[in-house]
Amino acid sequence: MIGESMYQELILEHYKHPQGRGLREPYDAEVHHVNPTCGDEVTLRVKVADGGKVLDVSYDGQGCSISQAAASVLHELATGSTVEESLSVVDEFTRLMQGRGTVEPNEEVLGDAVAFAGVAKFPARVKCALLAWMAYKDALMRSQS
Amino acid sequence: MGAPGFDVERIRKDFPILARELPGGRPLVYLDSGNSSQKPTQVIETMRDHLAWHYGNVGRALHVLGSESTDAYEAARDKVAAFVSAPSRDEIVFTKNASEALNLVAYAFGNPIGEDERFRIGPGDEIVISEMEHHSNIVPWQLLAQRTGATLRWFPVTDEGRLDIERLDELVNERTKIVSIVHQSNVLGTVNSISPILARVREVGALMMVDASQSVPHQPVDVTELGVDFVAFTGHKMVGPSGIGVLWGRRELLDAMPPFLGGGEMIEAVWMDHSTYAPVPHKFEAGTPPIVEAIGLGAAVDYLTAVGMDQIKAHEKELVAYALEALREVPGLRIIGPRTAIARGGTVSFTLEGIHPHDVGQILDDVYGIAVRVGHHCARPLHLRFGIPATTRASFYLYNTTAEIDALVRGLHHVQKVFG
Repeated sequence: MIGESMYQELILEHYKHPQGRGLREPYDAEVHHVNPTCGDEVTLRVKVADGGKVLDVSYDGQGCSISQAAASVLHELATGSTVEESLSVVDEFTRLMQGRGTVEPNEEVLGDAVAFAGVAKFPARVKCALLAWMAYKDALMRSQS
Repeated sequence: MGAPGFDVERIRKDFPILARELPGGRPLVYLDSGNSSQKPTQVIETMRDHLAWHYGNVGRALHVLGSESTDAYEAARDKVAAFVSAPSRDEIVFTKNASEALNLVAYAFGNPIGEDERFRIGPGDEIVISEMEHHSNIVPWQLLAQRTGATLRWFPVTDEGRLDIERLDELVNERTKIVSIVHQSNVLGTVNSISPILARVREVGALMMVDASQSVPHQPVDVTELGVDFVAFTGHKMVGPSGIGVLWGRRELLDAMPPFLGGGEMIEAVWMDHSTYAPVPHKFEAGTPPIVEAIGLGAAVDYLTAVGMDQIKAHEKELVAYALEALREVPGLRIIGPRTAIARGGTVSFTLEGIHPHDVGQILDDVYGIAVRVGHHCARPLHLRFGIPATTRASFYLYNTTAEIDALVRGLHHVQKVFG
């Protein structure tokens, strides 16, 4: 039962009870990302304060439990942190996801996102986990340009 | 159960992969033949034998190996021609897949090299497809419309997953140059009735192509009986290898079409500033073809013929009737496509309320070794039409059993337990 280890309780919990879901005002940038191989999609907005604090990450979308739970976890981790801090989490998460299951996750940086470690062993699902996180990175860049 | 003389357990023994164990000791339940079929020993050994003992390039090598390869390659063409009852072996063009066969025809239109009126196309002309097409029967025609300024139109699909031909006379009209429709839908399983559309196509003097990728492997298809102008299908879905597809076209049309790809062996003579071309089918087979793959397809056709296409069709009809009944007991399961086994093949796509197909597929695979396909199955517009991003698809073939369908139903109950 390799796969069920991918579906950590925390992931299922976020999937069934997504945090911060729904698009909100005000926002600095909005992006729409899709995963063309499976049709998963996410629309994501960010609001950043002058001091670089992330005031809100709001999102809406459709997709599998992995992609939707990843968006929910992202919302929790990014909201209230600084742009710089959250980008370092995004980098660590990306490194973990692209590590084909060989990367030892840095739990201190990742927090709840460490629950996705098992997904890295399933190349077909890595894009699902990264969808919202890449959208977030993109939205931050647009908000600052 | 089973069609008389059809022994599924004996057939399963011909497919070594069906006996393999997956990691963790799970048996394999392969319900993804609509995606690609498994291969019998007869095909594997034919290809192996050719590579080991006979291989040379075809059509151009004069030595023993070259002529043995050429003979085997051309014999495969004979077998395929007989399999679909083509009036002439020269009407069978080997391509790399069905997509290439569809593109080959699409690129014959609006090509300034071509002189035949039937392939002239421009602004004001129309191309007709349907909403249930695979991307390979959509995108080539979109590209043609973009290249030439022609208009792309399509038949809608009913809620039951049938082709809606109510507006046939309006959709197919004097401006129509080509109609290209799928024979059996790779998502819905629907088998389309070609004759009413063809009658209208003939009335307006257009051409008609059929994407038979999902029908030729599963039922007897006679291209003469079908009556259309072009038929595309692919080897890997009919127990043959990947890398080999087929275009059948009426000789007179193939002769009138300009070449598709230029290269070795498609020519008659070449000068520095121009060339003349080989007769069909070689005009359309530029470069070294997929030799062993074509020979493998020949062996696949032999295998299917020995089992009997009528028998295969009957077996799959039983399987799909059984599956449609068995799936009714799964709560929240919605079948996308006809819910009766009439005029439909052994492909069943469905959604499970509140659970994404990727999650369904992952649990089925990891816990039960059940291989299904999840996603939009290269038919995104069809999914948009039903207002869903994706489906889970189980597709059956000659080697599947009702016990495997029972396993699928058990697996789906378990999926609901995990995500419920």
